[in-house]
Amino acid sequence: MRANWNDAPEGFHPASAPDFLPLPQLRQVQLQRLQAVVRRAYEHQKLFRQRMEERRLTPASVKRLEDLGQLPFTVKADLRDTYPFGLFASPMEEVVRLHASSGTTGKPIVVAYTQSDIDVWKEVMVRSFAACGVHRCDVIQNAYGYGLFTGGLGAHYGAEALGATVIPISGGNTERQLMVMQDFGVTVICSTPSYFLHLLERAKEAKLDFGRLRTGVFGAEPWSDAMRDRIQQESGVRAQDIYGLSEIIGPGVGVECLNQKGLHLFEDHFLPEIIDPETGKVLPDGSEGELVLTTLSKQAMPMIRYRTRDITTLLPEPCACGRSIRRIRRVARRSDDMFIIRGVNVFPSQVETALLRVEGTLPHYEIVLTREKGLDQMEVRVEVTPEIFSDKIGALEAVHRELEEALEQVLGIRVHAVLVEPRSVARSEGKAKRVIDRRNV
Amino acid sequence: MEVAQISIFLENRSGGLADIVDVLARNGIDIKALTLADMSDFGILRLIVEDPERTRKVLKDGGFTVEKTRVVAVEVPDRPGGLSDALHALRGKGINIEYMYSAARKSGERAIIVLRVDEVGKAAEALQGAGVAVLDRLDKI
Repeated sequence: MRANWNDAPEGFHPASAPDFLPLPQLRQVQLQRLQAVVRRAYEHQKLFRQRMEERRLTPASVKRLEDLGQLPFTVKADLRDTYPFGLFASPMEEVVRLHASSGTTGKPIVVAYTQSDIDVWKEVMVRSFAACGVHRCDVIQNAYGYGLFTGGLGAHYGAEALGATVIPISGGNTERQLMVMQDFGVTVICSTPSYFLHLLERAKEAKLDFGRLRTGVFGAEPWSDAMRDRIQQESGVRAQDIYGLSEIIGPGVGVECLNQKGLHLFEDHFLPEIIDPETGKVLPDGSEGELVLTTLSKQAMPMIRYRTRDITTLLPEPCACGRSIRRIRRVARRSDDMFIIRGVNVFPSQVETALLRVEGTLPHYEIVLTREKGLDQMEVRVEVTPEIFSDKIGALEAVHRELEEALEQVLGIRVHAVLVEPRSVARSEGKAKRVIDRRNV
Repeated sequence: MEVAQISIFLENRSGGLADIVDVLARNGIDIKALTLADMSDFGILRLIVEDPERTRKVLKDGGFTVEKTRVVAVEVPDRPGGLSDALHALRGKGINIEYMYSAARKSGERAIIVLRVDEVGKAAEALQGAGVAVLDRLDKI
């Protein structure tokens, strides 16, 4: 009998078995799945087939894992250009779920799942939780947003499949989060790291501790080891990094084990490559570059060589935990200008779409990111042009309101718009620096 | 019968107002009347000056967002109820006042009020019809 009802059961979770496959067997599984998924994409994705034909390639060209390097890339713009359903490889009757995430301009990108895709997602989330030492006796407070965002439901299904108790509290309402955490005996929380910092600040103000909370599974935005140290020291909670993106599946593409030395990729489902973001050439393990992922088992929306734009390193050394699946270093920056605020992906081009909608022409603007009491804030500073200026307060306020509404519509989150005097925004020679990040992540 | 007003956008930062006034001082521009509308994030400074067109230009060249607007200036007796007659005249014609402010002047005789309305011509007519003195320039006050 365990001393405490949420003490860990002994041994590894059976779902984690693929984490420990001997390498030859893992490569064999990868090759078989790669050949099948390339065939599927070739048969059902017009865009992929076209690009294969341009290169005089067929699915039969993939004889070894190394042949992956010849195949065409898929990029985020492909999802936008084929919006909404152009890359689906399953008929709608087999699609059981749609999610969406922000695109580079006004329209979101849509991703689809068959039942088998949902099952794979559940599996990798169970393996993620298990790698973080989370188990079926845990009480998990899921503070990722539920909805079109993949974070909420992804973590939810995984936590349920693990057999844990899930509290689907979603994001926001800090007071209630802290109350539930205390009253329900929460042992694990899932949220963005910045939101947890916010909870930490508020708990300190209210002189509350975190009760039985033991582990946080934090993802959906970049964070640093310094931030981990701060969280772990101040809260006593083990802070684990989880990685994922909607285009590939959502959370559960990779996760840290208890050694916290890089994130293991579930490479029996997601085959990684590191490329030079400039030339597109594949780099050897151990080099820093852009992470490219191929979904090996996705049905509804296979992604062949999807360019994540995340800059990292594939670590070749085996991990002390015994997992054979490789690790990537924590993602700290990107090869494009995307940034993440409160778990939501934002491109400056989206902000421009909103400004253009209101003003007709693009004003000088800059985006300032700050962190107040652990919570990310985004401010769009817009120079007042003669076109929108008026001597009437009401008219200027209306423009201000329209700007904030257009930004919320395009970005899906509320941000502050601030009207500033002309020439307040620094002019730069060449490419304008649009984003000023003062968050110290 | 109308007077031009210069409006300038002001962001909420210390020294913002001083920057504008400095430009006016350097260019020898005398302020006849002014009002500052302030919101939490920004403000609008409105000025009545001697030479509105030159003022607009020097401020614009100084990097400010400036607008020239037509307003109505009236002279009313400086006593209780002095303003009331003028406003009654506008109400009678259904003319809405966006905002108004008074100009600096020696007290005791007549007061000068600047009115911002949508239909400047119609407002001036209504005021004159009611016997209110409408000014066509403010440089002599």
